[in-house]
Amino acid sequence: MRYASLFWEYIKNYAKTRLTYRADFWVEVLSDLLFQGMNLIFILIVFQHTSALGGWSEAEVVFVYGFFMIPYGVFSTFFSIWNFSERYIVKGEMDRVLTRPAHSLYQVLLENVDPPSLIGSFVGAIIMALSWGQLDLTFQVMDVLVLLLLILGAVLIYAGLYTALSAISFYSDAPTGIVPLMYNIQNYGRYPVNIYNKIIRFVLTWLLPFAFVGVIPASYFLEKKADDLSQLALLTPVMGIVVFSLGLWFWNHGVKRYRGAGS
Amino acid sequence: MMSAYLDFIRIRFIMMLAYRVNYYSGIIIYAINIGAYYFLWQAIYGDKEILAGFTLIQMTTYVAVSWMARAFYFNNLDREIANEIRDGSVSVQLIRPYSYLFVKMMQGFGEGLFRMLLFMIPGMIIVCLIFPVTLPTDPTTWLIYLVMLFFSFLINSQINILTGLFAFFVENNEGMMRMKRVMVDLFSGVVVPIAFFPGWLSAIMQWLPFQAITYLPSSVFTGRTPSSEVLHVFGIQVLWFIGLLIPIWLIWRAARRRLFVQGG
Repeated sequence: MRYASLFWEYIKNYAKTRLTYRADFWVEVLSDLLFQGMNLIFILIVFQHTSALGGWSEAEVVFVYGFFMIPYGVFSTFFSIWNFSERYIVKGEMDRVLTRPAHSLYQVLLENVDPPSLIGSFVGAIIMALSWGQLDLTFQVMDVLVLLLLILGAVLIYAGLYTALSAISFYSDAPTGIVPLMYNIQNYGRYPVNIYNKIIRFVLTWLLPFAFVGVIPASYFLEKKADDLSQLALLTPVMGIVVFSLGLWFWNHGVKRYRGAGS
Repeated sequence: MMSAYLDFIRIRFIMMLAYRVNYYSGIIIYAINIGAYYFLWQAIYGDKEILAGFTLIQMTTYVAVSWMARAFYFNNLDREIANEIRDGSVSVQLIRPYSYLFVKMMQGFGEGLFRMLLFMIPGMIIVCLIFPVTLPTDPTTWLIYLVMLFFSFLINSQINILTGLFAFFVENNEGMMRMKRVMVDLFSGVVVPIAFFPGWLSAIMQWLPFQAITYLPSSVFTGRTPSSEVLHVFGIQVLWFIGLLIPIWLIWRAARRRLFVQGG
């Protein structure tokens, strides 16, 4: 309950700071969407020259991308901690966070909350709905429940991975450059994983499970393929819980080791 | 006077050298991106021989060389200028006896030289070892490409300077700078060659400077542009370089009259 009211206070605070630069806010939303849209434009352009991508039709690839945008938008809203190392470790703001009773990760996340990213989720949902109709997929009430469960699992996977990545800065003072690295690897998860070679496919499925954020859960709703990824789809929430627990454990362990950066 | 400007190149180069470790991970990141597009294009080609005038091998080379060219021409002049305007330090720069924008260009070139020697060239070597890239054998192609690459840098920096100067007119141009970055990546042809764009879109692209940044030089390098058209293509780059000087000059003239420093 206390955490819920804290959440509300943080959001109110966020709104106040953002409303100072109103015009810029919309340009930022637009540029975020355009950035996401770049991948979509890529898909639309290449499908003018081919009818299938590794056995997936245009509508299916767009469907996967639409699905991907939903958990990604939720994740970006609550986990925009790209500059964690710089702001909290190097500048020492972590000290301030640790003197307060609420869980440190919770505070850090809410201080950086970025609600405009949710617009990406809405756009993703619309894209998914449109290609749902285009693909003539059946629709049942159960699908909505499964969809929510899969989205939750996908968000947890992202959340766990990036929590762990941010927590690295508790162990190593030097900037590792690993966050931008991961950010680029995650792009692989947006497309059908069967276009990659075996090693990359294995990494994306089990080691850095970005395939569980896009193509695997989305394939639950699509026609079965030869390699049938949809068998794995219902593992998404399990993966989510495992990855997030690991990430959180790594964070908590790191906080214990944290000694502050002086001054 | 010119030697003072040359010193700006040298100083920026040395400054970048101090941060060279950051760029090692950059090479890996670019290799990862090239890899993603390599696999995508492989799947897109399937068993097709040729798409929009590119063979798969040309496409792989195009992707590799375009990303590595980006490693060279990319810079944050827009952000640097916007920050100096926002924190007011531009006022000190304005009273110094040099051309502010020319200094920025020189600093950008110092960064570019660093990026070429420690990022683009080693990156290209690594990428060539991993992916089936075929480099041109004709030395004149290399020479022309290098000259065109220099113009890529000039045009990209000009666009950056233009975007940065908008900070004189709007207090916070963060969103605009992000938008510009996305537009340059998409419309310059790093992500998809412009030949793949649908007709109406590529028709618009003909009239915009972005193609001169990546698409034109990379097409020459991969041999997609026939040698009879190379001069014509290079001419487009030169025209854009000259053409972009005009809006920069106009905005710069208007901007200096408007300068007001917030705090600082």
